Amino acid sequence: MMSSNTASSSAAVAGSADSAAPRRNSKKPKYSRFTQQELPACKPILTPRWVISAFLLVSVVFIPIGVVSLFASRDVVEIVDRYDNDCIPDNTTDKVNYIQTPGDKSCNRNITVPKRMKQPIFVYYQLDNFYQNHRRYVKSRSDAQLRDNSSASDTSSCKPEDMYNGKIIVPCGLIAWSLFNDTYSFSRNSSQLNVNKKDISWKSDREHKFGSDVYPLNFQANGTVIGGASLNSSIPLSQQEDLIVWMRTAALPTFRKLYGKIEVDLEPNDVISVTLQNNYNTYSFNGKKKLVLSTTSWLGGKNDFLGIAYLTVGGLCFFLALVFTLVYLVKPRRLGDPSYLSWNRNPGGR
Amino acid sequence: MKRYVYINDDESARDLYCDNCISNRKYTLLNFIPKNLWEQFSRFMNQYFLLIACLQLWPLITPVNPASTWGPLIFIFAVSATKEAWDDYNRYLSDKKANEKEVWVVMHGIRKLVQAQDIHVGNIIWLRENDEVPCDLVLIGTSDPQGVCYIETAALDGETDLKTRVIPSACMGIDSELLHKIKGVIECPSPDKDIRRFDANLRLFPPFLDNDVCPLTIKNTILQSCYLRNTEWACGVAVYTGNETKLGMCRGIPEPKLTAMDAMIDKLTGAIFVFQIVVVIVLGIAGNVWKDTEARKQWYVKYPEESPWFELLIIPLRFELLCSIMIPISIKVSLDLVKSLYAKFIDWDNEMIDQETGTPSHATNTAISEDLGQVEYILTDKTGTLTENKMIFRRCCINGVFYGNDSGDALKDVELHNAVSSRSPDVIHFLTVMAICNTVIPMKTKTGDIFYKAQSQDEDALVHAAARLHMVFVNKNANILEIKFNGSTIQYEVLETLEFTSDRKRMSVVVKDCQNGKILLLTKGADEAILPIACPGQQTRAFFEAVEQYSQLGLRTLCLAWRQLKEDEYEEWSLLFKEANSTLVDREWRIAEVCQRLEHDLEILGVTAIEDRLQDGVPETIEALRKAGINFWMLTGDKKNTAIQIALSCNFISPEPKGQLLLIDGKTEDEVRQSLERVLLTMRITTSEPKDVAFVVDGWALEIALKYYRKAFTELAILSRTAICCRVTPSQKAQLVELLKSCDYRTLAIGDGGNDVRMIQQADIGVGISGREGLQAARAADYSIGKFRFLKRLILVHGRYSYNRTAFLSQYSFYKSLLICFIQIFFSFISGVSGTSLFNSLSLMAYNVFYTSIPVLVSVLDKDLSEETVMQHPQILFYCQAGRLLNPSTFAGWFGRSLFHAIVVFVISIHAYAYEKSEMEEVSMVALSGCIWLQAFVVTLETNSFTILQCIAIWGNLASFYFINWIFSAIPSSGMYTIMFRLCRQPSYWTTVFLIVAAGMGPILALKYFRYTYRPSKINILQQAERLGGPILSLGSIEPQPRPILEKEVSPLSITQPKNRNPVYEPLLSDSPNTRRSFGSGAPFDFFQTQSRLSSSYSRNKDN
Repeated sequence: MMSSNTASSSAAVAGSADSAAPRRNSKKPKYSRFTQQELPACKPILTPRWVISAFLLVSVVFIPIGVVSLFASRDVVEIVDRYDNDCIPDNTTDKVNYIQTPGDKSCNRNITVPKRMKQPIFVYYQLDNFYQNHRRYVKSRSDAQLRDNSSASDTSSCKPEDMYNGKIIVPCGLIAWSLFNDTYSFSRNSSQLNVNKKDISWKSDREHKFGSDVYPLNFQANGTVIGGASLNSSIPLSQQEDLIVWMRTAALPTFRKLYGKIEVDLEPNDVISVTLQNNYNTYSFNGKKKLVLSTTSWLGGKNDFLGIAYLTVGGLCFFLALVFTLVYLVKPRRLGDPSYLSWNRNPGGR
Repeated sequence: MKRYVYINDDESARDLYCDNCISNRKYTLLNFIPKNLWEQFSRFMNQYFLLIACLQLWPLITPVNPASTWGPLIFIFAVSATKEAWDDYNRYLSDKKANEKEVWVVMHGIRKLVQAQDIHVGNIIWLRENDEVPCDLVLIGTSDPQGVCYIETAALDGETDLKTRVIPSACMGIDSELLHKIKGVIECPSPDKDIRRFDANLRLFPPFLDNDVCPLTIKNTILQSCYLRNTEWACGVAVYTGNETKLGMCRGIPEPKLTAMDAMIDKLTGAIFVFQIVVVIVLGIAGNVWKDTEARKQWYVKYPEESPWFELLIIPLRFELLCSIMIPISIKVSLDLVKSLYAKFIDWDNEMIDQETGTPSHATNTAISEDLGQVEYILTDKTGTLTENKMIFRRCCINGVFYGNDSGDALKDVELHNAVSSRSPDVIHFLTVMAICNTVIPMKTKTGDIFYKAQSQDEDALVHAAARLHMVFVNKNANILEIKFNGSTIQYEVLETLEFTSDRKRMSVVVKDCQNGKILLLTKGADEAILPIACPGQQTRAFFEAVEQYSQLGLRTLCLAWRQLKEDEYEEWSLLFKEANSTLVDREWRIAEVCQRLEHDLEILGVTAIEDRLQDGVPETIEALRKAGINFWMLTGDKKNTAIQIALSCNFISPEPKGQLLLIDGKTEDEVRQSLERVLLTMRITTSEPKDVAFVVDGWALEIALKYYRKAFTELAILSRTAICCRVTPSQKAQLVELLKSCDYRTLAIGDGGNDVRMIQQADIGVGISGREGLQAARAADYSIGKFRFLKRLILVHGRYSYNRTAFLSQYSFYKSLLICFIQIFFSFISGVSGTSLFNSLSLMAYNVFYTSIPVLVSVLDKDLSEETVMQHPQILFYCQAGRLLNPSTFAGWFGRSLFHAIVVFVISIHAYAYEKSEMEEVSMVALSGCIWLQAFVVTLETNSFTILQCIAIWGNLASFYFINWIFSAIPSSGMYTIMFRLCRQPSYWTTVFLIVAAGMGPILALKYFRYTYRPSKINILQQAERLGGPILSLGSIEPQPRPILEKEVSPLSITQPKNRNPVYEPLLSDSPNTRRSFGSGAPFDFFQTQSRLSSSYSRNKDN
């Protein structure tokens, strides 16, 4: 209020001092196209031609892409072998008890290669109904500790797997603790198939997320409740690639993690025998365990979804374009017809 | 309740009353933070966000980093706190300047220069010419021997003319040296904010004789912030100081106005809040059930067997936090930002600059532009609003003889000039009243010309006309008036002035002819205030006829009368008047009563007729706005006939037989009731007829109707699109606004004078015309414009665009927040209902504050239709008025769209990135990219006109999304390290994103196209027409469309109409006004005739 007073009074003084003309000009806002809301504008409207050609264009682009991606996906050879049930001895009634009691749990599986698989062949393990994205789980890690030896004590976020008997656990947290511990070895025609477990994790993780000076400490030291795999405490975390892969949590309850790569081609009808150690407990929550061997394409693994979706969307767009064209031809409607512009009708007719 | 001010008593009052330290500050350094926070947190939205932010500090439940809420929250708070602090600092600076200004004050008998803040009540203050008055003073001396001084009160009431102030009679003649030592007491009321009243008494102590009580009025005061002009010096006693001055008391923070749109947005926010609570409860229960049945088996999650008591609450609270983004924190900031831009557009608009004075339009209230587009009722003042308020004396009737009837200008009537030169006594008296019965102050310029400072335009016109007729009011020296008539100078001494009040409707002066000592009472006023008090013998019929005739022509009439007073009669009355003047209670009423004792048995001299021309473009503006479905009410202090004539000439009402005027009058309750019922009955019948019905009510009947028959009158108000209320007082104007507001109508009040201020403040939107009656109305108003015709542009262009833009912006804000929230909810179903957030904190924060806010902000430049089209088809405003673009059903559309898009984004991302690719950060970034791409396309699809700025904002924002994420992907310590680089190299990322866009936008485009082409709204049709160019012009001439079509289309509707409108007091949301609207446009033939007759008479006037 006061400021407005002084402003007006000063304006009055100025007004009386100056002549009227300059004041008039100074009061006038400066002209610009922006202030007058007169910026040149393009006003596209949805003409039938425009809309129909847009839909046609989308369908023309999408259908080929769909076909190509579907072919890419079909080119991928994928072998999925579920072994969680079969690797339990037949007479076991309490699977959970079986898996939790220590002992030799090795198991042999034979897989037949349906088609020629070119190297590299990726070996994955797939877990179903495993919630790596559960909130308690996903938060239970300490990135600082993993990265740097000096922040080893930074375990506050790792509860309930942060300390053991007052000693710091490295790597701490539920994720590391529950590290997958089934192992596989492959042989073809009784000759060992080498599984390369090098470079299965992200390079960036090895270099920046997991420290080369961080060594496992008190990991799985709790004898009574053992989660998953234990780690060789003489190897730095940056080289524990299984851990690094495992620590990249999955967003979905069904996920695959890279186990290794087979770097020879597999021929059709090759029988591959897998010797696996069935250690990991998925039985208590009815999770499935699967072994997956897969080649890859430019789109990734075998996944028909994108191809089918592209075809569907492209097809629908084509259909819409067709319908709109037909409607346009059968019942042409003049745009901006003034006869629709009677204000006496219900203006809300829409 | 009273204060006693002891003049020049340095000690006693010091502690009793505050010093003159002005403080407009809201805050001090110490209380700024707590007070500002308290104020900000008194708003519900802010409380909600604070609660969310506080909950996030609990790491057990927070899904994301607390910074994602605290960051924006602190930012928003900091912005508004900084704004407040800056405003307050400026107030502090201006206070400081005022407080430290040096003024001459008498201290211990010596005049000293003192800082203004050290003035105390009772001090004597000396002012020199052009000084600003530091506090409220009672004058005790001036340089003028008659004790008069002139002040400019522009800062107080906006009136730029000079006002005279006089010293109280008791102080008359005290030597200026003695004024230093004067002692006395002023008995005055406690500080109040009425700047027109000051009912106090002054008693001087011996030796200053005159032990009598001397009454003080506002005329004896000079108030803070006025300027002393044309007076060498003046001195006065400080009676009110600091924040207790009249100005200080007036200062108040006006209630913030809330637009209908804000209310709707609040309502929608409330609905979202309820929805959110439901989601939280459902998911919370589901989460707890899942935890107990499933999660206990998931050994790797390691749920403890024993849990604390609050365990059950944790999951619901997590979901509450996860869903808290449903209510976008950015909406408030975005809306404030765009609203201030709307206001700026109004300020900047070149087409709303009054070319005559160079005044641009101004939006004082920056928050209510959308309401302009939703106006349903316009209540307008007449004088100065519809008319120019440039009064020109046109005709007169002196003692039954009409002058100026032939030429339309009495000043050019030879007969009148002859009568003047022949010194016909009637004419001389008439001219004398014209010249001196007023409060005009003549001023001499350096060149010797005389110009007049008048508070009333009518008086100005009369004095000027008198001067043209050789009766020149030359000089006013205190109480002596000098008149030059044909070379001879006549002097009058003003004995009393009986001022004009709106109740009395007349003013009088008592003067003494200095030559023969005769005492005369000169009166002028409204006919009904003068003619009844004519002396019994006089024939007033001729005057009645004259008044009638003039007001038929739309002229303003005043009756002039006089009476010679006997010496003793005057003396006797003068005592009464003095007494009345010094009463403290009900002074105004007492004075009016006393005045009445003198004003009787008047000899009527004649009638003056003053023309007040219509402003340019008024009929067109009213017609356009009426076509836009806005109802007009005219509220005027003028006579009924004048009001009706003006109404006819500016398209307000149609003459018979198209239009029908219904009169509500009556002096008693019964009469008013009967007439009201009759009108109501007619109105009910005629609503089904294509007739332009208006009712006319005068102030007296209105008062009774509002008091006793409020319900019936409300019904009438709803039925009638047009009304003329004449002879109404300022408070009645405000009452009418109140009445319409109580029926949920959006009202706009427009006026120019001080008598419109209350109405302007009361209405949803107040528009002030910065006109001749000062800036008072413009100051109080939300918008000030130079001319009435700018109202059309203000409403149709600015109001409409603002409404459309805000409708889009607000719904879009909810849409984008809901979108991301739905994705989070879907994700919770595949993450064990545990409340995991798919997106990381950074993305969430940037999404709301940055990625989705910038593109939509440029929608302030969006124009669905060009300005010309809107002007040609004002009916299109209907969409805004009825709230067609922002209501629960349009909101449901956006809600559905966000749900659909969330499904598309979620389903496609989790399927395309399944199995070995289902890495958390990658999936989250794919989904986020999908959302951002969809946003860009949604904004593009909803934008009607693309300027370069919009293109930059929409696509630049998309580019910056990648840019920002690349930056974060380059920081090794961030969770997103390398993610964006990895994704951009994957063909599957791009195919996924394009799939999301196509699947998300395809159906929306198809639906929009279908509606646009086969179920077009009127807006769409006009858009198409505009785009196709050709037919737009033929469309523009929709009014002269052949009438049969109109009638044919009207008739079926009119049957159904009463159903819509009659029984319930429904706001104009229904489509009913259209019938009559169409007839407003289809102007009847005879109407043109009348108008042409009128306009010809006007043009005749103009010719002169």
